[in-house]
Amino acid sequence: MFPGDARAVLDRHGALFDGSPRQRASALAVSLGIAALTVFAVWWLAIPFGQIAAGLVSLAKFVALMFPPSTGGHLDLLLKAMGETLAIAFLGTLIATAVAFPISFLAAGNTTPHAVVRFVIRRALDTIRSVDALIWALVFVGVVGLGPFAGILAIAVSDTGALGKLFSEAIESTDERGQESVLASGGTALLAVRFGLLPQVLPIIAGQILYFFESNVRSATIIGIVGAGGIGLQLSEQIRTYDFDQVAFAVIMILLTVAVIDWISGKLRFAIIGRRAVV
Amino acid sequence: MTSSILTVPPARLEVLIADYQREVARRRRQFLLALAVLAVLIAIAGRFGEVDLDNLVRHISNFTSYFSRIFPRIRVASFGADVADWYWNITGWLKLLLDTILIAYLGTLIGAGGALAMAFLAAANLSTGNLLRWSIKRLFEFCRTVPDLVFALMFVSAFGLGPFAGVLAIAIHSFGTLGKLFTEAIENIDMKPVEGVRSTGGRFVEVVRFGALPQVISTFASYTLLRFEINVRSGSVVGMVGAGGIGQDLFVAIRKFYYTDVSAILLMIIVCVAVIDLLTERVRRRLSGRDAGR
Repeated sequence: MFPGDARAVLDRHGALFDGSPRQRASALAVSLGIAALTVFAVWWLAIPFGQIAAGLVSLAKFVALMFPPSTGGHLDLLLKAMGETLAIAFLGTLIATAVAFPISFLAAGNTTPHAVVRFVIRRALDTIRSVDALIWALVFVGVVGLGPFAGILAIAVSDTGALGKLFSEAIESTDERGQESVLASGGTALLAVRFGLLPQVLPIIAGQILYFFESNVRSATIIGIVGAGGIGLQLSEQIRTYDFDQVAFAVIMILLTVAVIDWISGKLRFAIIGRRAVV
Repeated sequence: MTSSILTVPPARLEVLIADYQREVARRRRQFLLALAVLAVLIAIAGRFGEVDLDNLVRHISNFTSYFSRIFPRIRVASFGADVADWYWNITGWLKLLLDTILIAYLGTLIGAGGALAMAFLAAANLSTGNLLRWSIKRLFEFCRTVPDLVFALMFVSAFGLGPFAGVLAIAIHSFGTLGKLFTEAIENIDMKPVEGVRSTGGRFVEVVRFGALPQVISTFASYTLLRFEINVRSGSVVGMVGAGGIGQDLFVAIRKFYYTDVSAILLMIIVCVAVIDLLTERVRRRLSGRDAGR
């Protein structure tokens, strides 16, 4: 290629390289907007640049204190807390599924009895979803007292919102021919849902439940901070008392548990969805 | 027009029905087995989770009455005064809500920037070294598995109380989740442009800039906006450990039973999250529309 060629190509097809003036203007506007908002955010939040160096030094100290990780002589306590965490995630997901599954049929456009019902339930699910699980945990600690039971209820409620939405979207994206053929051969509406719709959505729903269980194991590790059971209580106490070797141990336990759960649910998901990959 | 109905000979039909029955019975056995396993798991988890239905039934009225207590008394006669009374601290809360949104914004931006820089090194189809790729993937995993509140607690101890700790905690968590999503998006790109750039002698940076980035940039923007939505929600709780935002006031209101404050703040968070959901969804739809048009 001759040096002049690039120039000539650029002259002929300049539009392909530069984009229209409008595109360039909007790209510039977006970048300027992001930059301006960033500067405003830094100013408004009064980010203490002076403290960053000192903070990094103390962070380094914390990390140095983490080695070697130690159980602090409370291995049984930590294991029990981890068991609690798993129980919270498991039961919370299970209850959320049991509640969200029937509700999602009312919230899906193709199975809802009326558009108004669908609208009301959708907004209710959105409202539940926009409140973080930790806030629900605080509320339930007030209702059933301190302990993992409050955590189970918190996860169950906040996940009902999320799962209800996902399930209803899965129901809406089904192929209606399955239902139609059941109706055409004389089945009732209920039978159409059972044999025409359910087989299509069950694998998707099962995958979503497993995914939520994984993510709930992660969120169940923190709700202990407000006293709703699980390993979060120990973790937050250890950070507040600067027992960083024990923090490191608890974090390693969480990482290992999450990795094992991910692996198991990955296998399960493959077993459920892999069988239907052809469909 | 004549039509004939095909009939299966009875002997053959019997075999088919027997097969069908056997298949149904097998699936039913599998289903019952799964149910039994589930029941055992529930029993174990119930023991560990200290499930106490009796307690729940006894106190469920607390739950329902909680919601009736947190809502303020608003009478038609003194509507304005009642609402003003309910939102007595509206300016303070609005400032804290802005704090929350900006914490989420900065955290998302920093996290997305870091993820953008490292995801190309972690993607199997562009990567330069196995060891580097493996360590970046583990780093992403670490950052998203350790709960953001744990990071927030540590940063509060290191940098002092205030929004900076919240920004950092959210940034690290977003870095982990976005890093994973970005890497997966890059691993799914069309490799032809990448080979094109490589064949003209492009180095890694040029391959990324001209071969890979144009294919994934709108997906990245969409993921980042989705993360921003989620971060506004988590930005409302990092305040509980002193890391800035509206969470602090909400925590105090719930703990000290300032009932109407709880509903006032919750309502503000819900409306704010809903508005941001709507806005980002509109932008995301435009982004994916542009993708389809390409």
